[in-house]
Amino acid sequence: MTSGRAITAHTAAAQRSSRLQLIIKNYQIYLMLLPCLLYFAIFCYGPMYGVQIAFKDYNTGIGIWNSPWVGLKHFRRFMSMPQFWQVFKNTLLLSLYSLIAGFPFPILISLMINEISRHRFKKVIQTVTYAPHFISTVVMVAMISLFLSPTSGFINKFIEALGGEAINFMIKPAYFPHIYVWTGIWQHFGWNSIIYLAALASVDEALHESAVLDGASRLQRIWYINLPCMAPTIVIQLILSLGGILGADFEKVLLMQNASIMETADIIGTYTYRIGILGSEFSLSSAIGILNSVINLIMLVLVNGICRRISDTSLW
Amino acid sequence: MLARSREDKVFDAVNITLLSILTLLVAYPLYFVVIASFSGPAAVNFGEVLLLPKDINFTGYSFVFKDKSLWHGYMVTIVLTLVGTAVNLALTFTGAYALTKTALPGIRVLMFLITFTMFFGGGMVPTYILVSSLHLRNTLWAMILPGAVSVYNLILVRTYYMKSIPEEIMDAARIDGCSDFKLFLRIALPLSAPIIATMALFYGVGHWNQFFAALIYISDKNLFPLQLVLRNMLLASKTAMTDMIQGGAMTGDNARYLSELMQRAEILKYAVIIVSTLPILMVYPFLQKYFMRGIMAGSLKG
Repeated sequence: MTSGRAITAHTAAAQRSSRLQLIIKNYQIYLMLLPCLLYFAIFCYGPMYGVQIAFKDYNTGIGIWNSPWVGLKHFRRFMSMPQFWQVFKNTLLLSLYSLIAGFPFPILISLMINEISRHRFKKVIQTVTYAPHFISTVVMVAMISLFLSPTSGFINKFIEALGGEAINFMIKPAYFPHIYVWTGIWQHFGWNSIIYLAALASVDEALHESAVLDGASRLQRIWYINLPCMAPTIVIQLILSLGGILGADFEKVLLMQNASIMETADIIGTYTYRIGILGSEFSLSSAIGILNSVINLIMLVLVNGICRRISDTSLW
Repeated sequence: MLARSREDKVFDAVNITLLSILTLLVAYPLYFVVIASFSGPAAVNFGEVLLLPKDINFTGYSFVFKDKSLWHGYMVTIVLTLVGTAVNLALTFTGAYALTKTALPGIRVLMFLITFTMFFGGGMVPTYILVSSLHLRNTLWAMILPGAVSVYNLILVRTYYMKSIPEEIMDAARIDGCSDFKLFLRIALPLSAPIIATMALFYGVGHWNQFFAALIYISDKNLFPLQLVLRNMLLASKTAMTDMIQGGAMTGDNARYLSELMQRAEILKYAVIIVSTLPILMVYPFLQKYFMRGIMAGSLKG
């Protein structure tokens, strides 16, 4: 017994020294990794250290470490605020709406593009539909407000030409979610289809050939061959988007916001920005940030678990 | 293969029609911005410009070219994009290469710790406090260092290395006494043209379009990047635009003149959009063939 333990201890020590030798021998690899690691340590794990201010009364003068602990005070404060439910509800609705309306689009488009045999036409469609993805959010929002302008926007010109009356879209709370979601789809569906096209490119041609011999139609082949071959990619994308369910494109929302539409256009991200950065309520806004991250993380783990059960595909 | 059946032809016709309509729906707003940018202000405002430009003139552009703040923002953004992308690429490629060596001690754990940051982070305000305490505010670095490596891109490059650089070449070079640095510089990098182009495009566009970091970290007007200047011109209020026109032109104070100013201000916006977005839309088609290849190689079985 005792000697056995001594031997294990001995081999453990030997292993440790051989690990050390391995590290020394490959020091250049670790050196190459160093800048990247420093970045993650400072700019990703650094803020995670700072997250403790959510449980403290942060005072800029005495620093993060010395500020007094206050437990869940800031979480309770946020949850008892009248804005809490509204901001939370807006965020959830906006993300869910984006997901439900936006998720199937790129899949459908990739299946359609994949069926085109003429190379030139395929190229044109791809070049055009990817292009809006490269437009900045600022420019995108400017385009939206120009096009929807009640006096000069071409959308309203169409409405007037059809005998309707010009609508001031940008200041009506009820329109905001639709404008946000559908312009988002317009901007990104092409780009988001790339990942599915890549998956389709790896479908085995032999499957299609034998299906044709068996008399399968085009639609049948898409449904029974292409779609199942894409399934793992679809599942991964779905998990990732559900994991970011509270992460609506907050830059765009911020830029679209105006005083008259806050009842639908104020989301967790913009609220945090307003009270945290503009209002210097550091502790309260960090608490909101944590709440947001934790909900996202729970969603991710949950959806990943469900997907692993029912489809064998999961992130980990 | 086989002769196309009638059903096939119907399918193709429907498919091509639908995709053509969709492509037009994407293209038209972009096209409209272009034609509106050099049409007469009144024609655009009255809805007379729909398919072709009308009263062609370049007053919008001439005001844009005279505007100092816009050009200053342009310069800041060019520097930001070049330096920022260089930093991104250096960190991402060295890091991704090292992270392929999963047999070495610690690499797997580090990979996990890095991936974890994709799903959990400190959030906006702790990051803001950190950047402030590092005295990075009002420097270009505030727009470069936070976000210097994207985990998603790191994984893409790492997968690319694992799949497309044959281990045999590496082993052979190693036996010839090649150091890891040399292996990386002489073998791995020259074999990664498509993925370098893809990453340069992703990071480059990210910097060009970057807005929020500048909004919270930069208050010095000399460091305002393009997007911040654009926000102030396009979205803040009408006054910025009218100021801009008045700065370059005549004086007058009747109502007609004012309404003309407003109309011009709208036209100006189209010209501003074109001038600020064109550089990106011009490089992207050339890089397109690379990023398709890069994404495919990096994403399959990620």
